[in-house]
Amino acid sequence: MEPASRLDHNHELAIKDFPYIVRWRDDRCKRCGRCTAVCPMLSIEPTVVVKRAVQSEGPAPEPKTIRYTATHIKQTTNIDRYCIGCGTCMLVCPNEAIEPEYNPQHKFNFHKNKGGHPYRRGGRRNDPNPSTLDRLRFTRISMLTDPALDAGRHEFRIRTYLGRILPADELPVTIVNGRLEVDKTTGKFMPPVREIYPLMIGSMSIGALSPTMWEGLAMGITYLNEVEGMPVVMCSGEGGMPHRLLKSRFLKYFIPQIASGYFGWDEIVRALPHMVEDPCAIEIKYGQGAKPGDGGLLMAHKVLKLISEIRGVPMGVDLPSPPTHQTQYSIEESVAKMILSMSMAWGFRVPVYPKISGSKTAKAVLNNLVRNPYAAGLSIDGEDGGTGAAYNVSMDTMGHPIASNLRECYLDLIKQGKQNQLPLIAAGGIGKKGNLASNAAALFMLGASAVSVGKYIMQAAAGCFGDEMNRCNVCNLGKCPRGITTQDPKLYRRLDPDVVAERVVEVYKSLDVELKKIFAPMGRSMELPIGMSDGISTDDPAIAERLQISYVC
Amino acid sequence: MCRLAAITSNEYFSPVENIAALETMKEGHDGSGMGLILKTLGGEFEELKDYPILSGICSKDGLHTLDDYLHKLGFKLKYAWTPRINPVRGITPRDYYFARVYDYPDVYKDRSLDEKEDLLLQTRLSLRKLGENDESIIVFSFYPDILTLKEVGDPLQLCEFFGLDNSPLKAKIILAQGRQNTNYAINMYACHPFFIQGYGSMTNGENTAFLPIREFLTSRNFPGYLGYNSDSEVFCHILHYTCKQLGYPLTYYKDVITPLKPEEIDMRPDSEALRLLKMSLRPLCIDGPNCVIAFTPDGTCLMVQDAKKLRPGAVGGIKGKYGLMSEECGLDSVVPKRDKSQDIFPMKYDMVIIKPGAEEVMVWNQLHG
Repeated sequence: MEPASRLDHNHELAIKDFPYIVRWRDDRCKRCGRCTAVCPMLSIEPTVVVKRAVQSEGPAPEPKTIRYTATHIKQTTNIDRYCIGCGTCMLVCPNEAIEPEYNPQHKFNFHKNKGGHPYRRGGRRNDPNPSTLDRLRFTRISMLTDPALDAGRHEFRIRTYLGRILPADELPVTIVNGRLEVDKTTGKFMPPVREIYPLMIGSMSIGALSPTMWEGLAMGITYLNEVEGMPVVMCSGEGGMPHRLLKSRFLKYFIPQIASGYFGWDEIVRALPHMVEDPCAIEIKYGQGAKPGDGGLLMAHKVLKLISEIRGVPMGVDLPSPPTHQTQYSIEESVAKMILSMSMAWGFRVPVYPKISGSKTAKAVLNNLVRNPYAAGLSIDGEDGGTGAAYNVSMDTMGHPIASNLRECYLDLIKQGKQNQLPLIAAGGIGKKGNLASNAAALFMLGASAVSVGKYIMQAAAGCFGDEMNRCNVCNLGKCPRGITTQDPKLYRRLDPDVVAERVVEVYKSLDVELKKIFAPMGRSMELPIGMSDGISTDDPAIAERLQISYVC
Repeated sequence: MCRLAAITSNEYFSPVENIAALETMKEGHDGSGMGLILKTLGGEFEELKDYPILSGICSKDGLHTLDDYLHKLGFKLKYAWTPRINPVRGITPRDYYFARVYDYPDVYKDRSLDEKEDLLLQTRLSLRKLGENDESIIVFSFYPDILTLKEVGDPLQLCEFFGLDNSPLKAKIILAQGRQNTNYAINMYACHPFFIQGYGSMTNGENTAFLPIREFLTSRNFPGYLGYNSDSEVFCHILHYTCKQLGYPLTYYKDVITPLKPEEIDMRPDSEALRLLKMSLRPLCIDGPNCVIAFTPDGTCLMVQDAKKLRPGAVGGIKGKYGLMSEECGLDSVVPKRDKSQDIFPMKYDMVIIKPGAEEVMVWNQLHG
């Protein structure tokens, strides 16, 4: 028997099954068509509908039924063109006639696997709850019993070190005429160390980001360094850097990343003889907090001319990086081979550190690095980090929160008396709820020497629509409506790099003030409050116990 | 704010002078404790300078335990001093306040000073552990020519309680601190001044960076870096770590606790080494508000401030006698006939150093090294 689905549309999805429902107001719409033109997913389209009306035109009631055609905005039920809730339609509508509304009853995850392909997306873990970092408070207010530091008037120095720091008893110093002098006859290896601003911009590649976004970030950090005197640095992400930048004096503000696909490194190695400055550091990516076990992925439609040149690959092909570095067989080898190779490439003048995804095994990596004199730090990326493309299952369910992971690594360093030797960089979900300064400060107090942020910068500097309710999150498709994560000139020309740069500067300047407002009443000004865990508390006894901080209620 | 009164002199003087100075600095409610460290002792201790003195408090049972333990180690009691306790209302006397002079165990007689210092430290720590649970034994110092006395109460009343005004107890360097505005239920180990292997210090103010400093010190694998019932004890241990463990000249203490900024370091002749020091000893950076007064094994006395000079501190006197006080009125009490215009109020970059025997005062400026 023929199924009746053709008649009753059974097997089709209803609008109610979708995560965002487009609310369109007929009475306000002037049919200009801007919303349908701008929709990155083509989720809405102009349609012509036949309507029925009852009219009476004469002096006496003579109701007549008429049918007429009208133009409407219709939301598609094609799951490939689902409404992502970005709200670009709302942004361009002159009459406030349209907006997407979140539908908590959606069944999206049940259906987004057509053709047997699991749901892939960009963004972050879809968990709108506050993170552990947002549960921490600064409770030791020293200003009540002693003269207070004044965030506005006193001198503060918010800096950190990136690089291996020798313990004092291993320093090659000697006393000459009552003064300490460096004894150069010992031939002791002095690891390179950079003094940087403790909040770095995390690894987001050219390719994942649009040219205008990357340019905006690069201009922003250059301005911060050269005009504001704030040594903010930025990691390139996997995929290399523009040739011109590699050969410029601005390279010192960047941390080129090498990951498992080695994309872009042919070009970097070729540029080595022409470099006039050393990069700030080299980051070796072993894992990413948002998608542990997955390598990087740049979809074919993002691999256009510029990207293919920088990465040294053909245009229009998928660029998947393997989940692990294929040339290595063990952590010992990774550390020995990779760190040493990268150090050697720059004559041991550049700090080289690995980045791993948050994991229960982080301590094993840490302890390996502690015993390697060339390891310059360890960056741990927690599960709330972001990504340009990954499987939904990896993003939502894989990974380790940063707070306890970072804390146990720091406490382990203390046990060994090496807490000041190997800087820990914490990342993943910092500023998730917009609390950038307090999340960063809390991580310093839990033991981080520096923190790294990506998503917050995208949101604050370029207005990224993404959130933990799966809004937008199509970074992987190259359809970013803000022009942040796309290689489509029609989209990325929407983004003004000057505005991005200006916002980056504003973010850092306000962050600096907020950090002072936290540090001052706690009595810290000339060094970061690294490990000052007596200054923080939480209202959750379990968190307090796990992080070894005090519980308050 | 706790009151600090240190005096260094080329002649023996009584701790009553320090206590009188403390009294002039008294403001508001006081009485949660006083500590005294006497160095280069006179009176009945003058002839016993080579022998270690164990200072502390114990119960009757604790005294037996202490005697047995030291006897087993081979220490031989040479002299026992105890203050003549006068009952004072509000001060509950403990069983036995003591300063006992011992001769080293025979096997240690020809050992180096370092080995002897290690033995004395280990012995003090063992005794501390033995009496810690029931507070039957509290030991403050075990070192030649050093005597420590501490108790909870108002300094002037404690002076009467210990009978110090009628005691021949004298020394050439005395550090005294009166705790102000803190609780009464304090652990006696939280009472300043602190002492370790020849280095003594006292501080006022809150050490806001206490936790990372404590964690750094306790992870140095040095047995003496423990306790920390007071956040100020670390100042003494940082001094010991800087000068004894690392062997740096005294002035680097200032560079460790209040390091210069990189652009300031560039101006120093030892900038290369200083840059390394700043990084390696980053966890020892304090942020005040603190005024630190200390002495070193050779009898040098010093005063330093936090990097923002958030606490008062004054040094003044005449050749042969100087006071290091948290307030100037303390100086007026100790050396009234000095040239006040020569008084020194160390600022953020200064380290006031008084040579042994109160011979000379110098102000070392951190910016110029």
